[in-house]
Amino acid sequence: MKPGNTILLDHGSGGIASQELISQIFLKHLDNSILASLEDSAVMDNHPGQLAFSTDSYVVDPIFFPGGDIGTLAVHGTVNDLAMRGAKPLCLSLGLILEEGFDLDDLERVIISVAECSKSANVPIVTGDTKVVPKGKCDKIFINTSGIGIVPENVSVSSTMAKEGDVIILSGSMGDHGITIMTRRAGIRLDGNLASDSAALHELVALLLDRLPTGSLHTLRDPTRGGVATSLNEIAGAAGLAIEIDDQAIPVKPEVRAACEIMGLDPLYLANEGKCLALVAADSATEALQLMQSTTVGADAAIIGKLKAGKPGQVTLRTAIGGTRIITPLHGEPLPRIC
Amino acid sequence: MKYLDEFRDQALAEPLLKELHKSVTKPFRVMEVCGTHTMSIFRSGLRTLLPESIELISGPGCPVCVTSASHIDAILAMAERENTRIALFGDLFRVPGSNGLSLANASSQGAKVDIVYSPMDCLTLAKKYPDDLIIFLGVGFETTTPGIAATILAAKNSKIDNFTVFSTHKVMPPPLIALLDDPELQIDGLLCPGHVSTIIGAAAYEPLAEKYGLACVVGGFEPADILQALILLARQIGKGEARVENAYTRAVKWEGNSRAQQMARNIFEPVDMEWRGLGVIPESGLAIREEYSHFDVEKRLNIELIPAVEPKGCRCGEILKGKEIPSQCPLFGKRCTPGNPIGPCMVSSEGTCAAFYKYAK
Repeated sequence: MKPGNTILLDHGSGGIASQELISQIFLKHLDNSILASLEDSAVMDNHPGQLAFSTDSYVVDPIFFPGGDIGTLAVHGTVNDLAMRGAKPLCLSLGLILEEGFDLDDLERVIISVAECSKSANVPIVTGDTKVVPKGKCDKIFINTSGIGIVPENVSVSSTMAKEGDVIILSGSMGDHGITIMTRRAGIRLDGNLASDSAALHELVALLLDRLPTGSLHTLRDPTRGGVATSLNEIAGAAGLAIEIDDQAIPVKPEVRAACEIMGLDPLYLANEGKCLALVAADSATEALQLMQSTTVGADAAIIGKLKAGKPGQVTLRTAIGGTRIITPLHGEPLPRIC
Repeated sequence: MKYLDEFRDQALAEPLLKELHKSVTKPFRVMEVCGTHTMSIFRSGLRTLLPESIELISGPGCPVCVTSASHIDAILAMAERENTRIALFGDLFRVPGSNGLSLANASSQGAKVDIVYSPMDCLTLAKKYPDDLIIFLGVGFETTTPGIAATILAAKNSKIDNFTVFSTHKVMPPPLIALLDDPELQIDGLLCPGHVSTIIGAAAYEPLAEKYGLACVVGGFEPADILQALILLARQIGKGEARVENAYTRAVKWEGNSRAQQMARNIFEPVDMEWRGLGVIPESGLAIREEYSHFDVEKRLNIELIPAVEPKGCRCGEILKGKEIPSQCPLFGKRCTPGNPIGPCMVSSEGTCAAFYKYAK
C-alpha cells in the first residue's frame, strides 16, 4: 500500500474529497446517465407488472478470494434475490461504508468488479452513497446493495407455490463459495481449484420462465448462507410438505468434498453465491433441467429430490448406502471440528 | 475420493449389511466409544438399516463434551484478562460454563478469541501479537495430544515466550474402566475408537477384553468400516468370545504409533482429571511436565479450578455414561438445541445429543 493512497475521514465528508472519490473512482467505472446526473435520487420509467424490491449487505472477509470478491457478491447477491421471485432486475443502489485507512487501490478493484458484474448482468447502478468511519469501526469495506425488479404479468414464483410431487433441481455444484471463504479464513492453503461460484442467475431464471409452460416453475431459492439444507427446510416449511433428497444425486465438486472432509464440514450447510433451487411441476422437470444445463451457470444442474406428502416441514436425505437421515436447518455458524 | 468413496459405496455396504444380519445370533449391546463413530452412524443413515437386535450406546469419546464446567469457567475467566488471546478448535466455542455463557459470548464482549485449525497456528499468532499471551485450549484424546506436544516443543526451540497451553487433555482407557466397573452398564462389546487407536494401538484394549469379558473391535469411520466392525463383534458375541480384533488395519497398527506416543510422553505426564458427567478419574488426564512449565498456563498464571455445578436438569452425565439417550433428557430439543446448547453433548457436532437432534429428532 502506498502511503497517502488510502481512504481518509475527509473522503466521507461530502466536500471536495468526496467529490474526487466520486469522479475518480465511482463515475469512472460505473458511468451511466442516471448515476452521472448526481441527483439525490434516481428517477426511472415505469414498467408494466409488479415491482420486486430487495436489499442485502456484504461484509465478507477476506474481501478478495478466488472466483470473486465483495464487489461481485454485492451485485450477484441482490440480482439473484430479485430473480428468485421471477423478477427481471432493473437497477441497483450501491451503499459503501469504508474504514479510514482502506487502500484506494483495493477500493478501485472492488468498484471495477461491481462495474463489470453490473454491465454483464445489464443491471445498472443508478444511485449510491459513501460513508467513512474511523479506523477499527468497520472492517475495510462494507457494501449494501438494494435492487428493484419487475415481475412480469402471469409470473408467480414463491415458496408457498410449491406443490406435492414437485421435482427439486439444484442448478449446479454445492458449497463452492462457503468452503473457499472458510479455508481462507482458517489459513488453510489447499491446492486445487477451490473457487467461489459468485454468479448472476437472472438470465437462467428468465430462460426458464420463457420456455417452460406457464405456471410450471413454482419456487426458486438461492441457497446462500445456511446452504441447501436450510433453504430446503424453509421451502418445506412454507409449503407445509415434506422433502426427500438423494445424497448421491447432489453435485459436489471433488475439491469441495475433500476440503469439507478435512475441516469436518457438511457441504449441505455451506453458502452458495451462484446457485438456485428450482421446484418444478414433475411433467416439466426434464425440460427445466435441460434448459438449465444449456447455460454456463447451470451446466452442472441436477435433479436432487422431490416434494412429497409427509410430516410438514421435514427434509430427509437418502444416504449413499441406502439409509435415511433428517436434514435440519443450520444452527449457528459452521465451525471446523477438533477431530 | 480415494479411501472414502469405496467405503461409502452401496454396492459394498449391501453385502456387508446382509452378512451382519446373518451374523447376529442373539441380541447384544455395543458401546461406540468415539464421537466420530456416533456422528458417522447417524450421518450415513446406518442407524436406519441395522438389525433391531443390535443396541448401540454412545460412549464418552467426544473430547469437547467431557470437558468439565469448572474447566470452561476457568477458560472464560482467562478470556477476560487483558493482553490475552484464546486459541481453540472450533467446537469449543459454544460450550457453556456453569453460568450458561460461552466463549461465543465472551468474544461478543471483546475477548480475543481465535479459532485455529492446527495448534501450530498458535505460533503464528504468538509472533503476530507479541504483546498478547496466547492460551491454546488443549482439549482432546491421544489423537490430538502428540500435535500439541510437538507445538510446545517447537515453541521452546524457537524461543517463543508468549505461547501457553491450558491442558485438559485426556486419555481413553481409564474412563472406559471407570464405566465398565459400573454394574448398571450392561454391555457385550466395544466398538473401539479408530483415531485414538492409530496412536495407542489395538493392543491397548487387551486388558479390557480380558478383565471384563468384552468383545473389542477397532473400527474405522466410514459405513463399510463400521459394518465390518459390527460383523466381527456379532460373531465374537455369538460365540461367547472376548478378544481384541482390528478392523481398521489401513490406519491402526497393533502396537500403535510409538513415535507419537513418545512425543506425548516427553511433554505430558498422567494426572487425575475431572470429566463432565463422570467426575474425577485417576490418571485419566495429562498435565505439562515441570520441564515445560513455562508453556503451562495453569502454572504461569496460577490458575485454580473452582468446582462448578452442572446445569440444572441436564442429563449429559448419564448420556455420556450410556445410561440414557438424549430424548430422555427434559431439556433435549426444548431448552437445549444446537443453537442454544445447555449441556456439552449438544455443542460439539460429535456430541450424542447434537447427533440425535440433527439426524434423528
